[in-house]
Amino acid sequence: MLGWEFPPFISGGLGTACYGLTKAMSGLGLQVSFVLPKPIQAKDFATHVNMRSPADITLRSRTELLQGKMQEEALLKNVKFETIDSPLQPYADPESYRIEIEELIRQKQSHLNESYFEETQFHPEKQYDYGGDMYSEVRRYAGAAVRLALAEDFDIIHAHDWMTYTAGIAVSAATGKPLVIHVHSTEFDRSGEHVNQTIYDIERAGMHAADKIIAVSYLTRNIIISRYGVTGDKVDVVYNGVERNGTSFANNRIGIKKNEKIVLFLGRITMQKGPEYFLEAAKKVLKVMDNVKFVMAGSGDMMKRIIEMAAGMGIGNKVLFTGFLRGEDVRRIYEIADLYVMPSVSEPFGIAPLEALNNDVPVLISKQSGVSEVLTHVLKVDFWDVKEIANKIVAVLKYQPLQMTLKEHGNFEVRKLKWEDAAKKCCEIYEDVLYETVCV
Amino acid sequence: MASVCFYFQVHQPYRLRHYTVFDEDHRYFDEFKNKAICKKVANKCYLPANRVILDLIKKHEGKFKVAYSITGVLLEQLAEFSPEVMSTFDALARTGCVEFLAETYYHSLSFLYSRQEFIEQIQKHKETVEKLFGQTPRVFRNTELIYSNDLAKTIESMDQFDGIITEGADHILGDRSPNFLYRPPGCEKVKLLLKNYALSDDIAFRFSNQQWKEWPLMANKFSQWVNRINGNGNVVNLFMDYETFGEHQWADTGIFDFMRHLPDEIMNHPDNNFLTPSEAVARYDANEVVDIPGLISWADTERDLSAWLGNAMQSNALHEVYRMENQVKDSGDEKLLGDWRKLQTSDHFYYMCTKYFADGDVHKYFNPYDSPYDSYINFMNVMGNLRLRCSPLKTATTA
Repeated sequence: MLGWEFPPFISGGLGTACYGLTKAMSGLGLQVSFVLPKPIQAKDFATHVNMRSPADITLRSRTELLQGKMQEEALLKNVKFETIDSPLQPYADPESYRIEIEELIRQKQSHLNESYFEETQFHPEKQYDYGGDMYSEVRRYAGAAVRLALAEDFDIIHAHDWMTYTAGIAVSAATGKPLVIHVHSTEFDRSGEHVNQTIYDIERAGMHAADKIIAVSYLTRNIIISRYGVTGDKVDVVYNGVERNGTSFANNRIGIKKNEKIVLFLGRITMQKGPEYFLEAAKKVLKVMDNVKFVMAGSGDMMKRIIEMAAGMGIGNKVLFTGFLRGEDVRRIYEIADLYVMPSVSEPFGIAPLEALNNDVPVLISKQSGVSEVLTHVLKVDFWDVKEIANKIVAVLKYQPLQMTLKEHGNFEVRKLKWEDAAKKCCEIYEDVLYETVCV
Repeated sequence: MASVCFYFQVHQPYRLRHYTVFDEDHRYFDEFKNKAICKKVANKCYLPANRVILDLIKKHEGKFKVAYSITGVLLEQLAEFSPEVMSTFDALARTGCVEFLAETYYHSLSFLYSRQEFIEQIQKHKETVEKLFGQTPRVFRNTELIYSNDLAKTIESMDQFDGIITEGADHILGDRSPNFLYRPPGCEKVKLLLKNYALSDDIAFRFSNQQWKEWPLMANKFSQWVNRINGNGNVVNLFMDYETFGEHQWADTGIFDFMRHLPDEIMNHPDNNFLTPSEAVARYDANEVVDIPGLISWADTERDLSAWLGNAMQSNALHEVYRMENQVKDSGDEKLLGDWRKLQTSDHFYYMCTKYFADGDVHKYFNPYDSPYDSYINFMNVMGNLRLRCSPLKTATTA
């Protein structure tokens, strides 16, 4: 399995999803080798996973690894983690990677045509801008993944999101194993209509090269079909699940008075998540209610603009920015929140609302999200309908029975969304793909 | 002798418009939607069904009879949006073969919260029926056939009714048959007519269900089921929503043809006839007492109140409404009183039902809202505004 992030080193839902899915697959007895692109020092963090560099793998035995955090690791006993060096210490220059990868890609006997690679090949003169670094990282990752793959025994390649598609294609080409790609988000979700052509091309190549595509929602499936020209029979939907947690924490309302209500935005502060709609709704809410604080937990490229926007709207003292939160901090913030709002403009799935419900926080989500396909006991709005967002925020804060009913039913409903089911569905897809490959 | 007793419930609520916490006007109801639905149901159901019933009454020269309970809120809407339906009901009333029942004018759950409001609404409905159809109702049916011993006592104490209609729920009848009249405990006068839910639901719910082993249901087959009761029952109470004809069961299912043929088939058996509820109460004795201490209704499989009073939101919304009673009545504001009463219609609380919500069943079909939560929010926003109208302080400042 090819991934880009894994808890606790995450910037979004992808890491959470990979964690939940692999854990459930491990429970089903599936052997998973999880390849990560970054070197990670896990010692300072409480986690069930020992992230290791390839060198560690050769030095330490599997049993030694399992001794540390027994219980959690037992759950992940069938998952093996492989990491690949960070792009900051490249062991090859972009040009040599280009050659290496393109050579590997050409070996893949797929429906890809040659012209695609000519159009999208990496240009060395651009290598030092941010984008260039990303793409070379993607390629470097691919190269390393191939080397790892050649030393491993496995049946299927499962690649998560665009950054690993190139690696997926390469590994598939090098080993002849079928490729399943898992689309957690597309360039259209992240960037609206201002798509990055190179990323789009990588995504498109991955989708067309893949033997099967897993989309996290029908919303995403539709984008894959309509925007990337993939036929529908190739795209299956597997909804994400959520980890059940029973731990509860004491109230910790720092900077927030007891009688104040808290409305939470938790996610990257980027165009995709619709932070400005959250602020506009906040302003409307504050017109009719005073004892409310709006907490924006997360960071992102729009953070500065959003802080300035809040100040400009004259609600700066009512909006708190916490920066990016993880682990315990996330649970603590859920503990004090009265409502979680996700006004995403385009959200392929959205695991965070499930986690909010799991933590007994009622949820208001945009209809433009994949998760709204699976949740019924939540409030739903169009992301642009700020008046309605505000109307519903006020209702939740004002009417205790509404909060109660949403919590009760929402929490019950979310328990039915299990990673185990997602993992089972993935297994079925694997079996289909392997069967088809044999038949061909 | 088996007497078939038809009673049709005819009702449409005043649906609320989308009302946010930021709205300040006093227009609560969605006139456009209410008008559109009223006209649609009039064309699909009320007009064609009334035509069929009228033709049957004429054809059978007084032997075919039915009863209606038409809510006050629908009568108001029909008068405004579809007056042609009113004239066909008027024509039916003049045949002498149609009985009109009494209920709470606003199709409300007031019995559960305010006996005074309950009785006032019955009186208002009764007066409306007298005025429009020239007859005084003698049989009462409560909203959603909600019933208990206590309701019977309240109705008996009004000294205006001879009978009450309710559900023939299994858990109250046990092995007794719904095809007899019963007496509530402690009541001298009123008799109970219990819905034969099996035969009623064959028409109302199962008629067009192609998975049902009896599909397609023909009038002669249904009459044979009625004939079987001959000898071990007096009445077959077929109680259902009038919207069954043409709206719940579309015309192309053959529901109107079924109805056109049914009276002939029923009366093929010499011992069968048709009676109105009042005639049934007058003709048959009620020998046994049926004890119903807890509340029952005709809803869902539970036959309880959970469709309107099953979660915290519904309970809260209902309490909010009835908490306002004195303030609303003391204000002397007729428009306010009317608005408040229209908010009592049971449908508003039905929309807030979370039972089965995720399964997308019959509750969803009749729900103008996307979710029970949306309906609660909307309702509470309206209630919030209505409360401001009651406060004398507010009136003083706006005046």
